[in-house]
Amino acid sequence: MFSYWPIVENVYLSFTTWDFISSQADWVGLLNYQALFSSWSFPQVLLRTLVWVVVVVVVTLVLGLALALLFAQRIRGATAVQTLAFAPHVLSGAAIATIWLFIFDPNHGLSRLVFEAFGASSPAWTTDDSWALWALIIVSIWKGLGFVAIVYLVGIQQIPAEVLEAARIDGAGRWTQFRRMIFPLLSPTTFFLVITQTISAFQAFDVIAMMTNGGPARSTTTLSWFIYDEAFNRTNVGGSSAASMIMFVVLMAITVLQFRFVERRVHY
Amino acid sequence: MTVMPTAVATEPTSRKSSGSRRTRWWGVLALTITALAFLIPLYLFVSTAFKTNADINSWPLRLIPRSLTLENFVNAWTLAPFGQFLVNSVVVAAIGTVLKVVLAISTAYAFAFLPFPGKRYLFIFMLGALMVPGHVTLLVNYITVGQLNLLNTYAGLILPGVASAFGTFLLHQFFRSLPYEVLEAAQLDGAGHLRRIISIIVPMARPAIITVGLIALIDEWNGFVWPLIVTNSVNMRTLPIGLLYLKENDGINDWGALMAGTLFVVLPVVIVFLLAQRYIVAGLAGSAVRR
Repeated sequence: MFSYWPIVENVYLSFTTWDFISSQADWVGLLNYQALFSSWSFPQVLLRTLVWVVVVVVVTLVLGLALALLFAQRIRGATAVQTLAFAPHVLSGAAIATIWLFIFDPNHGLSRLVFEAFGASSPAWTTDDSWALWALIIVSIWKGLGFVAIVYLVGIQQIPAEVLEAARIDGAGRWTQFRRMIFPLLSPTTFFLVITQTISAFQAFDVIAMMTNGGPARSTTTLSWFIYDEAFNRTNVGGSSAASMIMFVVLMAITVLQFRFVERRVHY
Repeated sequence: MTVMPTAVATEPTSRKSSGSRRTRWWGVLALTITALAFLIPLYLFVSTAFKTNADINSWPLRLIPRSLTLENFVNAWTLAPFGQFLVNSVVVAAIGTVLKVVLAISTAYAFAFLPFPGKRYLFIFMLGALMVPGHVTLLVNYITVGQLNLLNTYAGLILPGVASAFGTFLLHQFFRSLPYEVLEAAQLDGAGHLRRIISIIVPMARPAIITVGLIALIDEWNGFVWPLIVTNSVNMRTLPIGLLYLKENDGINDWGALMAGTLFVVLPVVIVFLLAQRYIVAGLAGSAVRR
């Protein structure tokens, strides 16, 4: 299986220095890794990535579960709203990002309308370094929410009605039912979603490329943008592959965790 | 009315009994807010694509355009070669999807029906390989494709993505549920592997194959980072990268053209999604839970 080969080659590249053009890459040992951690900018990239991943995953899951519980009430029109909420998940990230670029426009966008309603003026979301990361996080959540909600909804509908019926007969209120029955029974779904959403949040790229190019002042440079930027804008192949290795180790740890879990539930 | 079988089918009727009136009231409110949170951005996007520049640039925001125009589409088309982008996207998505599906069918078939030593471990090994996050292998794949002189070619755009862990896994699970006796009977009648795949497996596994194909199609169509790095001439760009090109070419000064270009990128997927929602949602969400 040569699918593993790119990883091996990536390990090798991370110990070399190369610019795509020279005839060969020079071995420099751990220098690339040292360079990454010798300045403050890369640890900041990691911290920013952590903020991104945690906020996106937690908010998407909490709101997604709330939406799923809402959809499960079978209010008229719920199916149409489900379809609507799910749609952004299958649309191009570049397109979604462009739509939100317009919404965030402080002069012509919806943002101005909303902020003026509260007597304030809209921030320059994507060009202000204290707002840009949050703008991108909002877009990511908006895009992923419908998917998470539908996955949770399928999970909720697999809970046998008798179980909840029995709980109700025993006098459990709605909140107790949720806390003691529904949420624990959904834990496999939650676990699956945490893993997959984390992996995809780590690799979020098109939204960043479309809206901010990692800026302003690198304020939206997450690990995935850093890997791209270092290689293709700064021709620092060694630095980029060293950063790739860091992402690989983190994501593999998460995937192994998932596999351990899957092992117990799926029979091949 | 839209159909979403996985989501509608098995709701227990008993849950909406006592206290339902109050629940209904806030439920409807919450549902309306949710709908608006998704509808408003989408409405603004679509309406802006058809608005005149005077309407787009006027403030207060014109929710209802005074007149509709196709000018934005013409502008987008002249600012960037959208015709060429469309051709590229169609070629990449069509060939990419076919290769992905064929490869997934044959791999899943091998793992589901052929006996060979260490199969179980090899299966995990293969899924593990396919699950290596795409972003990590980006650089090495780029260098490899460069060494093969495939930069700026359709082959370079398509080939690195043809192996699909998701598709293989989904089809493998489905194949395992098919009656093995039918295959044995076919084998006794002298049908080879190819024959068995084409005349027995594919017809029986049709829904699963359609699901895998549709999801592959959407993935190929929306692909962003790989087309971005592997092509550098404007004429080889796919639609999502074309959108980036349009934005950088004209900045964000012409929202009408940019929204028109965006509409062009999403419209085919919207159509596919609305027609085949059943397969797509069940495939994406259903398999998530089954796993």
